[in-house]
Amino acid sequence: MSELALASGGAGVPRPTRPSRRHKEITTEPRGVRIALIGTVLALISVLLFAPLLAVFGEALRQGWAASVEALASPDACSAIRLTLIVAAIAVPLNAVFGIAAAWSITKFDFPGKTFLVTLIDLPFSVSPVVAGLALVLLFGANSTFGAWLVAHDMKIVFAFPGIVLASMFVTFPFVARELIPVMIEQGSSEEEAALSLGASGWRSFLTVTLPNIRWALLYGVLLSTARAMGEFGAVAVVSGKIRGVTTTMPIMIEILYNEYLSVAAFSLAGVLALLALVTLALKSLLEWRHADLLAATRRH
Amino acid sequence: MRVGILRAPSPLPGFGLSFGITMTVLSIVVLLPIGALLGRGLMIGPGELWDMVNSRRIWAALSLSFRVALAASLFNLVFGLALAWVLVRYRFWGRRFIDAAVDLPFALPTAVAGISLTALYAPNGAFGQALAPLGIQVAYSELGIWMALVFIGLPFVVRTVQPVIEELDRELEEASATLGAQRLATLRRVILPTLTPALLTGFALALARSVGEYGSVIFIAGNLPFKTEIAPLLIVIRLEEYNYDAATAIGIAMLVISFAMLFAINAIQIWSRRRIGLV
Repeated sequence: MSELALASGGAGVPRPTRPSRRHKEITTEPRGVRIALIGTVLALISVLLFAPLLAVFGEALRQGWAASVEALASPDACSAIRLTLIVAAIAVPLNAVFGIAAAWSITKFDFPGKTFLVTLIDLPFSVSPVVAGLALVLLFGANSTFGAWLVAHDMKIVFAFPGIVLASMFVTFPFVARELIPVMIEQGSSEEEAALSLGASGWRSFLTVTLPNIRWALLYGVLLSTARAMGEFGAVAVVSGKIRGVTTTMPIMIEILYNEYLSVAAFSLAGVLALLALVTLALKSLLEWRHADLLAATRRH
Repeated sequence: MRVGILRAPSPLPGFGLSFGITMTVLSIVVLLPIGALLGRGLMIGPGELWDMVNSRRIWAALSLSFRVALAASLFNLVFGLALAWVLVRYRFWGRRFIDAAVDLPFALPTAVAGISLTALYAPNGAFGQALAPLGIQVAYSELGIWMALVFIGLPFVVRTVQPVIEELDRELEEASATLGAQRLATLRRVILPTLTPALLTGFALALARSVGEYGSVIFIAGNLPFKTEIAPLLIVIRLEEYNYDAATAIGIAMLVISFAMLFAINAIQIWSRRRIGLV
């Protein structure tokens, strides 16, 4: 744009032989193509993304606010909301600790089998949540030796609360580590080494040097994990046993209500989750705009 | 801390602790369960496993899952590239909003997406009613499954390709234009090869996600055996019948096919990276 202004504005500068419009368009597409492309993309986004989102709220409020609020106040809905929040409050911090530990050992040290370890951490991305649930049932369920021993000692994992936490951890497993690893590779370890040489203890250098450096990337990973943990359906459906009021998280409760043709109740609960998703998106965008430099360049995956 | 397996000594402490936490959590949450699944498969024996998978209903479900996931991911490959290009290269009103909205399928729980898509595309839904006179039935058909998987896989290609487009060197395009290439030729022969590795990564991620997807699909699929029954649903059905061996067999079949596919995509990716001289 500025070259164009220079070329046509300066009196002494020889004018380009070709029309200046063509200069501008040499590294972009013709105007018609651009408009068509933007139009197509916007139309498809509206149909594919916005329509389903609006449909959730439309269906929830089909019989008015009162019916919707009443459905949310039912004991089943309340216990589902409570369970979902508790599961997320346990699974996400555990995964955050794991993510920090994994990123620390992978980025600050060199050991054989490191790439293999990274592959293993990414493994849950390529395993179906249902298969993950099945695997948890096979390990901890009463039909296996280990599971039978656990049940005999009154430690029920499958079809109980711990199973739901494990399933949520499985599906959100790589999130925090994947956000932290590129950021910590970029930052290197010279700052920590300086802190240590000045006499700081290992913990102190971690808390005052490393943690502030990675805080936005950590928050980003935690945000992604929370959204996924609260919304997980497949893996939780398999391990929860769907005991009404006991192991029904919000997504499971939505399925139960939907299958009982309680459409308003199902969509009201879905509306709450959709609102949470919108809050997540807003926070995530805020992080990306404000702290883009402190998130890894490859953060978008 | 001195730990024997380190390749080079590091002045930083905490390897034992952090590596210990990593391996413990990784084992409990991921490795032991997957090991239990594979172990159960070994106990059943390969011959028995094959006999259990080798039924018409399971083949129909597996072929449906992988076929529709492939079709949805191919759509997302093309649409994701177009969307990423538009978001990076063009300036228009609402661009940042659209950019933020792309992540909606990551944030919206799959069960929520499933019931809302069904409400839209069911014969009495807003879109379903409009499409019915044209003879198009989306809900309770393969098209509905495809629709749900397109929704689920939408962000992957956009988010992997977008940063690469941002990093593209405009001088390459100018050089190509000064050498007489038409815009289309520049796009096809200069830009596309540079984007190929990222495109493949996004495609692989979308494919892996859609093959195993359960929550958004079961509501819209209709779940008719042989027609619209996906493989993960069949696992759930077998589990509800307490038929753990059959569930294990289908689970292992899904794992094997997914890994074979990811391995193939990975190989193509390495090949295309070498071809354009990266790595």
